[in-house]
Amino acid sequence: MTATTPPDATITIPEVPLWRARLQMGLSSLRSSWAMFAENPIGIIGLAVIIFYGLFAAAHPVLMSTVWDRKVYDPVNGFDIEIAFHPSSPSLRHPLGTDVLGRDVLSQLMFSTRYEFALGMLAALATSIVATTIGAVSAYYGGVIDLLLMRLADLVYMMPLLPILIVLGALMDIGMIELAIVLGLLFGFGGTAIVVKSQALSVKVKPFIEAARIAGGSDFHIIFKHLVPNLLPISLLYMMFTVNTAIAYEAILSFFGLTTITMSWGLMINVTQVFGYLLRFDTWWLLFPASIAITTLCAAFYLVGRALDEVVNPRLRRR
Amino acid sequence: MWRFLGQRFLQMVITLFLFQAATYFLIDAQPGDIADLLTLDPNIPPSERQRLRAELGLDRPPVERFFKYIGNFYQGDMGVSFQEYPKKVIDIIEERLPRTLVLFLSANLVSFWVGFVTGKILAWRRGGWVEYASTITGVILYTVFLPWFGLMMIWLFAVTIDLFPAGKFLSPINWLTAPVNANYIFIRMTISTFIALIVIFIGTVLSNRIESRYRFGARLVSFIVPLAGLLYYWQTSEFGALAWDITSHLVLPVLTLTLYAYAGTMLITRTSMLETLREDFIFTARAKGLPEKVVRDKHAARTALLPVWTGLIFSLPAALSGGIITETIFSWPGIGLAYLQAAVVEDIPVVMGILTIIGILTLVSHLIADIGYAFLDPRIRYN
Repeated sequence: MTATTPPDATITIPEVPLWRARLQMGLSSLRSSWAMFAENPIGIIGLAVIIFYGLFAAAHPVLMSTVWDRKVYDPVNGFDIEIAFHPSSPSLRHPLGTDVLGRDVLSQLMFSTRYEFALGMLAALATSIVATTIGAVSAYYGGVIDLLLMRLADLVYMMPLLPILIVLGALMDIGMIELAIVLGLLFGFGGTAIVVKSQALSVKVKPFIEAARIAGGSDFHIIFKHLVPNLLPISLLYMMFTVNTAIAYEAILSFFGLTTITMSWGLMINVTQVFGYLLRFDTWWLLFPASIAITTLCAAFYLVGRALDEVVNPRLRRR
Repeated sequence: MWRFLGQRFLQMVITLFLFQAATYFLIDAQPGDIADLLTLDPNIPPSERQRLRAELGLDRPPVERFFKYIGNFYQGDMGVSFQEYPKKVIDIIEERLPRTLVLFLSANLVSFWVGFVTGKILAWRRGGWVEYASTITGVILYTVFLPWFGLMMIWLFAVTIDLFPAGKFLSPINWLTAPVNANYIFIRMTISTFIALIVIFIGTVLSNRIESRYRFGARLVSFIVPLAGLLYYWQTSEFGALAWDITSHLVLPVLTLTLYAYAGTMLITRTSMLETLREDFIFTARAKGLPEKVVRDKHAARTALLPVWTGLIFSLPAALSGGIITETIFSWPGIGLAYLQAAVVEDIPVVMGILTIIGILTLVSHLIADIGYAFLDPRIRYN
């Protein structure tokens, strides 16, 4: 689009369409945030690890369709009949060895990565949607709604998460999606909602909210157009912390054998435990790859979260 | 103050009731019940299963059972375990809870103290590779997959250098001729250690008030004398060897949890200290010309302690969640293991009992945390 000039105007104001102006503003604030983020090596290290795992996950389907024979390398049903005894130690054929059931460990590790990502992202998304909505509504309306929602948040926050998940595991079949949604809801209704609400309270008293109300904006309009966008930074921050918590809980639940997930890092360790290889440190490839993957991916998301914290929270900045 | 406490107490009772209701119906909604598990043998006729169900009261509607449970609960009766019939739930909790609490309190007290001191110094000296290295190490320790970490500790300290036993609460061989049971000695150990800790605490507080050149000596004395007394007491006691047996089993899980909790505390302290350093009163304190150490320890650290204090208090209810993992790895017969064993067979009274106790602990620690805030930060007042 080109800027049009009114014939009778002496000063020309380039008339940029609203979406482009918003895009430019968004981009410039993104650029300055990125500059602040990039200053901190901690966040960069975390981001690098996450990108590494992203490529790691993306490489699996490629390898499966080119180099790896599906019968041997399938992460769930594969079996290598050419090796006499499983678990076999790392070799050229199986870089991280095979597990007790004759499946390739590296293939399992790569295959599971995408599900860990999906789980973390879905849980984080659910958390941030629920927490932002509850925090904004609770702060905006106050009074009885606030009281009820915050008592609910206290109640959820008080629930010991792992024991509740163990009970839920017996109650229903917990797959990746169910687990992600349950975790997302529990985090969203609990601690995160309390944090977001305290942020929303400080946004609510800003003049532009008052201006929007005077201009005749409905409650719905004000909450979702003016309040929520200002809560997104803190929401994003807590999304990062949700991702690593979700991955850790999935690993622990799978480790106890309480989920119906067909393949995940936690399940790899569970299989090791079920067949009694957990305390045998000579078969390290059954325990270490999955454990290290869980630890490093969680740590990476947490590091990014901490670095984002310094961007979002001005009091943590260096200058 | 009293009005605040009264209101809080009322809120706590209501929250506890809602918590109990939510957990009870959640547990009850699981398919099947313990009667199915106890009569798995196909030779047992279905009528027997029905009879068993009726005896355990499982044939009544859930709402009726819940209100009966609540009624009994507030009269101090938590029922009997289905799985270990006729063992009382309160007895199971009494036996298991101290073991978990000791495990967590000792790990947390050490890690919070060390974590607070290091986090404080890290925030004060910001920048440089020390900060990045310690943050990354801290984050990895904090997000480590706990079962694996526990196994690594077992591998290192129990398998490779064979310093401590790999798991369990005691070695049965030492207890064959023991005149008393393990809990008798364990409770005694806990109480004696607690008394020694209180003496150390009082000694430290008192030694802060004396002249600075004697302070270090006084601190040392107040630290060594109670510990020596504790050692002397158990050395001369006839149960010394048995107490040592339990202690040696305690070391490895405590060490694991300490390292795990240490990282969390250090990270929280650093963040909270950095936030506090931006406050105006720190600027004022510096402008007054106070020494840096005084600004750091007396002005900044005290306010920065708030989130750390919350963390310490909240680690108490988290003992159950963490306990399930740690106790499984180290076969430590605490409340987490009892919960896991009861939850998988739907032993409703035990599961409810443990969850309720944890719920009460959580509520009480919330209250203690709130009261503690007012002491730590003079700006917080409850009116």
